[in-house]
Amino acid sequence: MHPAYSVIIFSTLSGAGYGLLALGALAGAAHGPASSFAFGALVMAIGLGLITAGLLASTFHLGHPERAWRAVSQWRSSWLSREGVTALATYVPALVFGWLWLDPQSSPIAIRIAGLALAAMCALTVICTAMIYASLATIRQWRHPIVVPVYLVMALATGAAILLAIAVPFGRGAVVLGVIAIMALLAAMALKLWYWRAIDREPRVLSIAMATGLSEPVRQWEPAHTARNFVMREMGYRVGRRHARRLRRLVLALFGLAGLLALPALLAGSGVAASLAAAGSAAAALTGALIERWLFFAEAEHVSSLYYGAVGA
Amino acid sequence: MSEPQVDLSPKTWDRITTTTCYMCACRCGIKVYLKDGRVRYIEGNRDHPVNKGVLCAKGAAGIMQHRSPARLSEPLLRVGPRGSGTFRAIAWEEALLTATQWLGDVRSRDPRKLAFFTGRDQSQALTGWWASQFGTPNYAAHGGFCSVNMAAAGLYTLGGSFWEFGEPDWRYAKYFLLFGVAEDHASNPIKTGLGRLKARGAKIVSINPVRTGYSAIADEWIGIRPGTDGLLVGALIHELLKAGQVDLDYLARYTNASWLVIMDEGAADHGLIARFEGAPLVLDRRNGRPGLAADPQVRPALHGEASLPDGRRAVPVFRLLVERYLSPDASPDAVAGRCGVAAATIRRLAAELADTAFRQAIELDIPWRDVHGRRHAKMVGRPVAMHAMRGISAHSNGFHTCRAIHVLQLILGTIDVPGGFRYKPPFPKAPPPAVKPAGRPDEIAPMTPLPGPPLGFVTEPRDLLVDRDGRPCRIDKAYSWEAPFAAHGLMHTVIGNAARGDPYPIDVLFLYMANMSWNSAMNVSSTIADLTALQPDGTYKIPKIIYSDAYCSEMVAYADLVLPDTTYLERWDCISLLDRPISEADGPADAIRQPVVEPDRDVRPFQDVLLDLGHRLGLPGMATAQGGPRYPGGYADYIVHHERAPGIGPLAGFRGRDGSQAGKGEANPEQLERYIENGCHWYRELPAHMRYYRFANRDYLDWSVQFGFNAKADAIVMQLYCEPLQRFRLAAQGHGDVKPPAEHRPRIERYFDPLPIWYPPFEEDAVDSAAYPLHAVTQRPMAMYHSWGSQNAWLRQIIGRNWLYMSDVKAKELGLESGDWVRVDSSHGRIVVEIRTMSGVNPDTVWTWNAIGKRSGAWNLAKDAPESRQGFLLNHLIAELLPQRDGGFRYANCDPVTGQAAWYDLRVRVEKVPPEMMSLPQFASLDLPPGTGPRPVVLDGRP
Amino acid sequence: MTSLPDSSAPGQVKLGLVIDLDTCVGCQACAVACKEWNTQGYHAPLTDQDPYGADPVGVWLNRVHAYETGEGAAARTVHFPRSCLHCEDAACVTVCPTGASYKRQSDGIVLVNPDTCIGCKLCSWACPYGAREYDYGEGVMKKCTLCIDRIYNQHLEAEDRQPACVRACPTGARHFGDLGDRDSAVSRLVSERGGYDLLPELGYRPVNKYLPLRQRDGAPPTAAAAGDLQPLGDGDGSLLDSFFAWVDRALGA
Ligand SMILES: Nc1nc2c(c(=O)[nH]1)N[C@H]1C(S)=C(S)[C@@H](COP(=O)(O)OP(=O)(O)OC[C@H]3O[C@@H](n4cnc5c(=O)[nH]c(N)nc54)[C@H](O)[C@@H]3O)O[C@H]1N2
Ligand SMILES: Nc1nc2c(c(=O)[nH]1)N[C@H]1C(S)=C(S)[C@@H](COP(=O)(O)OP(=O)(O)OC[C@H]3O[C@@H](n4cnc5c(=O)[nH]c(N)nc54)[C@H](O)[C@@H]3O)O[C@H]1N2
Ligand code: SF4
Ligand code: SF4
Ligand code: SF4
Ligand code: SF4
Ligand code: SF4
Ligand SMILES: [Mo]
Repeated sequence: MHPAYSVIIFSTLSGAGYGLLALGALAGAAHGPASSFAFGALVMAIGLGLITAGLLASTFHLGHPERAWRAVSQWRSSWLSREGVTALATYVPALVFGWLWLDPQSSPIAIRIAGLALAAMCALTVICTAMIYASLATIRQWRHPIVVPVYLVMALATGAAILLAIAVPFGRGAVVLGVIAIMALLAAMALKLWYWRAIDREPRVLSIAMATGLSEPVRQWEPAHTARNFVMREMGYRVGRRHARRLRRLVLALFGLAGLLALPALLAGSGVAASLAAAGSAAAALTGALIERWLFFAEAEHVSSLYYGAVGA
Repeated sequence: MSEPQVDLSPKTWDRITTTTCYMCACRCGIKVYLKDGRVRYIEGNRDHPVNKGVLCAKGAAGIMQHRSPARLSEPLLRVGPRGSGTFRAIAWEEALLTATQWLGDVRSRDPRKLAFFTGRDQSQALTGWWASQFGTPNYAAHGGFCSVNMAAAGLYTLGGSFWEFGEPDWRYAKYFLLFGVAEDHASNPIKTGLGRLKARGAKIVSINPVRTGYSAIADEWIGIRPGTDGLLVGALIHELLKAGQVDLDYLARYTNASWLVIMDEGAADHGLIARFEGAPLVLDRRNGRPGLAADPQVRPALHGEASLPDGRRAVPVFRLLVERYLSPDASPDAVAGRCGVAAATIRRLAAELADTAFRQAIELDIPWRDVHGRRHAKMVGRPVAMHAMRGISAHSNGFHTCRAIHVLQLILGTIDVPGGFRYKPPFPKAPPPAVKPAGRPDEIAPMTPLPGPPLGFVTEPRDLLVDRDGRPCRIDKAYSWEAPFAAHGLMHTVIGNAARGDPYPIDVLFLYMANMSWNSAMNVSSTIADLTALQPDGTYKIPKIIYSDAYCSEMVAYADLVLPDTTYLERWDCISLLDRPISEADGPADAIRQPVVEPDRDVRPFQDVLLDLGHRLGLPGMATAQGGPRYPGGYADYIVHHERAPGIGPLAGFRGRDGSQAGKGEANPEQLERYIENGCHWYRELPAHMRYYRFANRDYLDWSVQFGFNAKADAIVMQLYCEPLQRFRLAAQGHGDVKPPAEHRPRIERYFDPLPIWYPPFEEDAVDSAAYPLHAVTQRPMAMYHSWGSQNAWLRQIIGRNWLYMSDVKAKELGLESGDWVRVDSSHGRIVVEIRTMSGVNPDTVWTWNAIGKRSGAWNLAKDAPESRQGFLLNHLIAELLPQRDGGFRYANCDPVTGQAAWYDLRVRVEKVPPEMMSLPQFASLDLPPGTGPRPVVLDGRP
Repeated sequence: MTSLPDSSAPGQVKLGLVIDLDTCVGCQACAVACKEWNTQGYHAPLTDQDPYGADPVGVWLNRVHAYETGEGAAARTVHFPRSCLHCEDAACVTVCPTGASYKRQSDGIVLVNPDTCIGCKLCSWACPYGAREYDYGEGVMKKCTLCIDRIYNQHLEAEDRQPACVRACPTGARHFGDLGDRDSAVSRLVSERGGYDLLPELGYRPVNKYLPLRQRDGAPPTAAAAGDLQPLGDGDGSLLDSFFAWVDRALGA
């Protein structure tokens, strides 16, 4: 599949945003009001900023952004619609939580309820995003049970790395967050490895012969048109095996790096060096996530490409 | 939430009008939907005899042709050097004055110095007449480089032919043999016919080196090696004769099988038909003595030997035929290797032919009368139909191969019988039609028309257009000893001959609708060189070139004066029975084109311009006694009022003052209105008893005389044995008063065999087959028409570039795979192109789609368009002349009998080269002539 | 309007095409007729970007592919027209977030509403058959409409109320009708010729059907059965003698 940057940026940024908000919300649920206004505000601002930026980015992908509002209407059947609904809905618990969390006077119970609600909505939204892909019968690499967990863990890992980067300068919760970040990053790496192995192992079950109902062997003799078209551009995209391998390693390396850079925080708890390292860790995690998302598209093989001569899908 | 309301009955048009498509030469009827005077939609006209409602890809893309940014918009006069494409836009009056002056000079000094040749011309009845009124013999349309082998072989043998002059009996055929056809002129009818055969479960066998299109849906594909069909057909005849699977009655009654051939080696009439007072003789089995072939009492023998009144020997044609084809070297085993077709397959095909023709014969309960007055209760049909086209004709052995196919049909008795090959009126005519070409030296004089038409059918050396020393009279050497039966001329030789001044220099080259500097040129670069060649004094060897095109094709750049034409939706045209008919086998038909939209440019219909020039030049028939225009209303006026013979005009329908007559009749001033009311066409279905056996069908032949198709209602006897060929052979052997010059004698003697022969295509014979092991041919892409489809925004998306296709097997041998780039060498030229491999192609053959390659800058396409960057032509590899023979003489690369261009004789070698960005050769980009463009960057279909 | 009609409901009309792969010669007439009709049609025309340039990209609702299948004597070249199959379980409809993509209750035709489509392209991802083409010019998704603006069009003559591609097809390889009705001409054709679904394993249950290549092995209606021809005569004597002897017998002395 053609890696459309708007979609890649959207799902990585908003993923990270939901991860960040969710962790913030859980922190609130656990400890009550934010330790300092600045810290809390920063978490909320960056979290909401990321998801909003992501949502905006996604509209660049549309032919008619001005009609984007229509997209929430089909939540009964469409995961994309559901994602829209949950994404928008999430703003409500987010704002409520933020308002309560930043107010030292708020009752911990209220914060806990709002926090749990927000965390749940974040998870739900990420699940909807993942389901858009996981529900497509047309793309083997997407219709896979690990896709949803991957999206969730990626959101958690990137969110955790960012939260760590915010927390360390404030010298707060660095140890716990460091542990969470490192665990999430390790989990993400493990899941991705598992995912990649899985899609590599899976044979390409569909052939041109099956797509056309003609008897084997079948190959394209002449293209339908010599000129290119939308389907060839969008579904015909294929990334070179070696290139993909290299990028996969890069993703793991970046996540590994992000993990390592989280260690100083975990050990020192605070300080300039630890802060810088944590910031670096967040950056590495986000970059890794962007490349991972690019690969998620580039390695996806659409059934319809068979009609255009792809040997398998 | 409820479904949105969709407008189920939109009316996107305010007017629907009919006319005739001209996206190709098939000439289907179309309905044009217009809104606010703009063309919105084109569909096939169901009432039209040709396409009965269907429409092909080209036809459906007509709007894009009509709106093409490549359209010329004003007359142009060359200002820069030829080929530079630098022009000055001029007014029509200046253009016409210039042309009149150039042509007037020629006519007053030596009319031969005008060479007037036309390509996709569909008004040959007009252009040919114009040429003869002008007085030049140097006229022809594109037939010479197209398929004159088909026309000549058919007309000399059957009095009708393949091409579009006949068609398989789609209704009754059970077995269909298709030789060398990818598309053909009858684009839609053939497709519809194949669909009908499929629906009936008839068997379709396609004999073709390539398995695409029609061959792809054939029940059996015979991937023959190019140029060897004559052998395959001979072997089929061999098998059928050997097994006595022959329709003897049919042969005896309707062909010259029983005619006696004089056997008198060395005599001036050896090999000619024995005659009594001009009437052919046969051997009468009742008394063993010669009798008149035409006498119904006589029971003609098909073998044995007669002694003629003068005591000489004579044998029936059939005996000679059988002796030739029963010889062992005509057997399947003898030819299998050369053809690349297994002997067992050839035997099976023969068995299937015999089985279908004889054991599955059909009888229609339609009583009919033959020429001898014999009544037949039924029409017996041999449901084997055949069709052939350029895979046969575009070889230097095409004439004889096509004759062999006709012989195969004749021995099976399948010509114009139910289930067989059917004539389309005005055919059948006498084989050959009784029209002789005019243009002998004594027939040419300043300011004087020719005594007859420039094209016709020679039957003896005296008919040739040669001077006393046997040198050609025509610039293209048609009807000379180099191409005696050149019934359509040799357009492909004109530019070269003119530049070489061989046989003589000309002054004005006048071309119409032919992209001669590109895809219709054999050897493009030498053609371009000839077009720009200079005399020592710096003037051009071809002093003046006038060209009429509607679009900025590759040829425009080489014209001195460009006469911009309308598109097919902007003019009157006439699809006439005097020209290339669109008749159905069931009856005659003709049609018109009417302007459905006004031109938005300063262009004029070429036919109007031609008549205008005729008037200005004072040509008889185009200017009145007072010097006024004979047809002030232009072509439309001519279509209605011109009479070729009393009562016979361009259109056969709605004649007579009141429009009640057909065929013959007074001119009808309302004729065009009547055609328009009738959907722009006219069709007369013949009664059932006149639809078959028309060569000997009393009622049909009588009707054909009344209607004006034939002069006499005599039986049309089909010619297994082609006596005219023998007359030329005798001349080559030194008999008669008109003899070929010594250097031509061996060739005439060898190739003018009165019975079909096979010989290797000339190029294969001339070049070292080891050095050039592969055949190279082209095919018509169904969605493109020659060069002119590429300017079409829709069609060029479908096929905007081509590849060279070769077989997987051969590719492996050569270490090649799809996507590799190769250097392709012929004995004469080189191209560098990208290949694709496939299984459906004869292993010794490479091929590509015809005319996809374009010259950069032409057709108002981007200079880096795929058509010019990756696309290519095979033409660069094809020599216009054959290699030198002893004496340094070089024949044109043609069939020796008809002069048909031998496009498919090409032999090549293929070698891998490093990947390229561009196909080679590339030519300097052409600049846009004034008045073309701009090029839209987006098309959204909105008016 | 993303809920699909109940395809099992009795009398549910299922309009669609039946395409005969054994008859299609790959002439592209259907593709261009489709382009032509839908470009002048009632809404959002099919645009072409850079139409005369180096890299033209246009929207087509029907494309004719060409494949080679089989090996050796069984090898065939097949021309393969491909357009929307108007699936009964059309995921392209259910994934649509706006409801612009819908399947008509009355006849099962799958359409895109060009006034509400946001151009998110998800439906094209959900279509296994590559039948949806995004229009870069109009910013909305395009697909075969089964010529809904022809088949019911009161302004067209009755016999013209059929899809443009079917109307144009010179070989008669394309058939249009109600595949929900067991006795319709198209349904009978499908059962006679063993018409099949594309990619049934994906469960989209296409309405359009493809008629397979006829079997070729020795199937010619005429006599491979008849066996090779038997030479005339008792063998002794030359071919010529025995042939002419036969001629005399045949003509009756
Ligand atoms: N769409 C479309 N239709 C056209 C035209 C067009 O440009 N486009 N052009 C029109 C014109 S001018 C003409 S002349 C006709 C020509 O129509 P066709 O007669 O179909 O001519 P070609 O396309 O040249 O096809 C020649 C066929 O013969 C095969 N062939 C080559 N050599 C041999 C051989 O030695 N033996 C056998 N058995 N087969 C051989 C080739 O593979 C090819 O399939 O088409 C007309 N119709
Ligand atoms: N290699 C190879 N070469 C071949 C062939 C082949 O099979 N292989 N086929 C040969 C054959 S059979 C033929 S017939 C020739 C065909 O070759 P051409 O006769 O040259 O046919 P086109 O290429 O269509 O060129 C026709 C010209 O007419 C112009 N034209 C189009 N419409 C109009 C109009 O309405 N009015 C005017 N005035 N002009 C118009 C076009 O712009 C174009 O320049 O090609 C031959 N060349
Ligand atoms: S075959 Fe096609 S292009 Fe040719 S006349 Fe008919 S519709 Fe027009
Ligand atoms: S029009 Fe008919 S024959 Fe031509 S490609 Fe389409 S389906 Fe095949
Ligand atoms: S073919 Fe594709 S677009 Fe058409 S209904 Fe089926 S899934 Fe939807
Ligand atoms: S592109 Fe249009 S029709 Fe397709 S899913 Fe998106 S909104 Fe629906
Ligand atoms: S039914 Fe109409 S829209 Fe669909 S492919 Fe045919 S012509 Fe195109
Ligand atoms: Mo031609």
